[in-house]
Amino acid sequence: MVLKRAVLALAIVAAMATASHAVQPDEIMSDAVKEARARDLSRELRCMVCQNQSIDDSEAPLARDLRLLVRERIAAGDSDGQVIDFLVARYGEFVLLKPRLNSHTWLLWFLTPLALGAGGIALWTQGRRRARSGGEQDEALLNLTPEEEARVNQLIAAERTAEK
Amino acid sequence: MIAESGHYALVLAFGLALIQSTVPILGARWRDFSLMNVARSTAVAQLIFVAASFAALIALHVSSDFSVINVVENSHSMKPLIYKITGVWGNHEGSMLLWVSILALFGGLVAIFGNNLPISLRAHALAVQAWIASAFYLFILMTSNPFLRIANPPIEGQDLNPVLQDIGLAVHPPMLYLGYVGFSISFSFAIAALLEGRIDAAWARWVRPWTLVAWIFLTLGIAMGSYWAYYELGWGGWWFWDPVENASLMPWLAGTALLHSLVVMEKRNALKVWTILLSILAFSLSLLGTFLVRSGVLTSVHAFANDPRRGVFILLILCVFIGGSLSLYILRASSLKQGGLFAPISREGALVLNNLLLTTACATVFVGTLYPLALEVMTGEKISVGAPFFNLTFGPLFVPLLVAVPFGPLLAWKRGDLLGAAQRLIAAGIAALFVMAVVWAWTRGGSTFAPIAIGLALFVIVGAVIDIAERIGLFRLPAGLALRRARGLPRSAWGTMFAHAGVGIALIGIVCETSWNSENIRTMRPGDVTNIAGYGLKLENLTPHQGSNYREMAANFSVLVDGRVIATMSPSKRNFTTRSGASTTEAALLSRGASQLYISLGDIAADGSIAVRIYHKPLVLLIWLGPVFMAFGGILSLSDRRLRVGAPKPAKSMRGLQAAE
Repeated sequence: MVLKRAVLALAIVAAMATASHAVQPDEIMSDAVKEARARDLSRELRCMVCQNQSIDDSEAPLARDLRLLVRERIAAGDSDGQVIDFLVARYGEFVLLKPRLNSHTWLLWFLTPLALGAGGIALWTQGRRRARSGGEQDEALLNLTPEEEARVNQLIAAERTAEK
Repeated sequence: MIAESGHYALVLAFGLALIQSTVPILGARWRDFSLMNVARSTAVAQLIFVAASFAALIALHVSSDFSVINVVENSHSMKPLIYKITGVWGNHEGSMLLWVSILALFGGLVAIFGNNLPISLRAHALAVQAWIASAFYLFILMTSNPFLRIANPPIEGQDLNPVLQDIGLAVHPPMLYLGYVGFSISFSFAIAALLEGRIDAAWARWVRPWTLVAWIFLTLGIAMGSYWAYYELGWGGWWFWDPVENASLMPWLAGTALLHSLVVMEKRNALKVWTILLSILAFSLSLLGTFLVRSGVLTSVHAFANDPRRGVFILLILCVFIGGSLSLYILRASSLKQGGLFAPISREGALVLNNLLLTTACATVFVGTLYPLALEVMTGEKISVGAPFFNLTFGPLFVPLLVAVPFGPLLAWKRGDLLGAAQRLIAAGIAALFVMAVVWAWTRGGSTFAPIAIGLALFVIVGAVIDIAERIGLFRLPAGLALRRARGLPRSAWGTMFAHAGVGIALIGIVCETSWNSENIRTMRPGDVTNIAGYGLKLENLTPHQGSNYREMAANFSVLVDGRVIATMSPSKRNFTTRSGASTTEAALLSRGASQLYISLGDIAADGSIAVRIYHKPLVLLIWLGPVFMAFGGILSLSDRRLRVGAPKPAKSMRGLQAAE
């Protein structure tokens, strides 16, 4: 449903009649390496007045201010980490599109491996239990019953005649 | 008069739904066939009345009846006819009416084509369908009535949001809803099976075609929405990990898992309990999506708290249906007998792995979407979860999944031969490694991720083809015989090939677009030439146009290759006269093979220069071609004789087919 997002994007555009575009030509740094760093950082930072847009994508004036701020810090010689720290100190964790791992976000980060691990273990123990409870029975079930055998032979025979 | 009739038809549909939710259940209890059959007639009648109600709303919009609030707020007499119609579901009330219309459509289809279903299963399933319908009719009638009149009708309407005045709105929401709501059928069948305490392989065969239909529409709906965002929002992104998108991705992931587990259940009578759970989950996630989108909770938790009427109502529906169905599941699931044993290395085993990875992926999207909301409600702390998070957590799950995809169809049921499958996939492996090496050498110094991902995608595609080649004995048998075998192969086998290859195709598009996208952002004046990826772009001039309800400024570019003009592109900026100040950026796209040039405009400066963003997106169209392949595979699979046997068909042809079984 892009619908809602489109509506919101529009609301922002409508609110600011002279909406500027994401990454304006005048923002671009002359040093290509630094500009690339700025772009990469911009993709990880949220435009706080938009819905789930990075400042790299957003057309809002605030995003432009943040983009300029990022470039300012980079020009001043900050490392990527320092730029991020600076922005978090100013605007809070909300500005990060990739939350940092802490006591409040560990569940967010570890749910995927936990779910995968738990699912894997559940399947494994189920397989083990089944193998222990009826290994021989399983063998019998894995092999074909006489009826199934007969049906298979019948199908193979039918296939052969069809191909002739 | 039309508004009142539409409203009344909706009330009648609600009444019919109430009858449909109770009488058939009582009929099943008392073993009374005529009472059970009430479900059929009410489902069909419900469809007729909802359709009438929906038609009434369309008529109001088309005739620009500004005495109805919904029309005033979303239409304009100057709006082109197509957008007058699509505008019906371009707003909250109308889209909810579309939602129930599609729900009634599916209910009606089950009633009309469900001749081959056991009568009590059909009665139960249609009753459950009516529970859902009743809840949503009540929601519409109490909180979102699209037929409300206004005391002092204005002369003119406020027009539809300009971003939505696009052909995308005509196709995307209906497709998506057909997918979302389609999963209600497997949900209703699952609940019916739990109520009856009986479930077998035949159940899977009845449910599979419906699930497949829903899945096909959801796949196309999501792809369509993605392409719409790509060209309409003007910055060339095609997936934003936006909560609203995630809301549609979650049911898709669960639905894809469900399709695969239904195969196991149908063929081997195994994984019954799990399949039931997935059926419940797929629709629950659709409901969750509806809640997220329709309640306003995403915009802000506070906006939700300020006007909670609609949100709380849907939340209540959500809790009753999800809570109720899961409780029923816990109570009754243990009574369902497990059947069909299999070794870990087998077709079943591969499908279980598929399910594990897809549901984990679904859980990842779930937690990423809802965690910020939950954290804010519980601690007041605000965090953002965006694309970088999902790329890190969701992405890696697809690596083992894609490696496993080609193995699945090559393994035998019950107990497979992994080594044998691997041997048959050697060609795919070699092709993948070769391409990996070529791409790596070609883009030396670039990302290491891209060549690996391209190799993986190729492995999936070639692997899918090898499965078919093996089955028909291509190169092994004489060509004529292989061809005859190919024709005799079940259509679902071809479906598998196309769907799996589609995944690989989409992956190639995704990797190429994200890794080798070039962009050129600059200001240009008429006469300026700039270059991107071997193309020259000359800005010829700026021309104003007058549309029916907007004014636009178009920038006309000539596209040059080796100094020769091969095409023109005219991106524009539109100002909507009917909505003060509203403007949209209309990007211009030029396809060259599967790659695209993309131009969108920024502001025009006082000195007449204009800011432009030009992209070259290599093989970007494959991103959407992949889902088209997947959906095509789904359609092939749907046309398989085996499913037609179990699928809805008029009684006459049914008998003939059953005899053949």
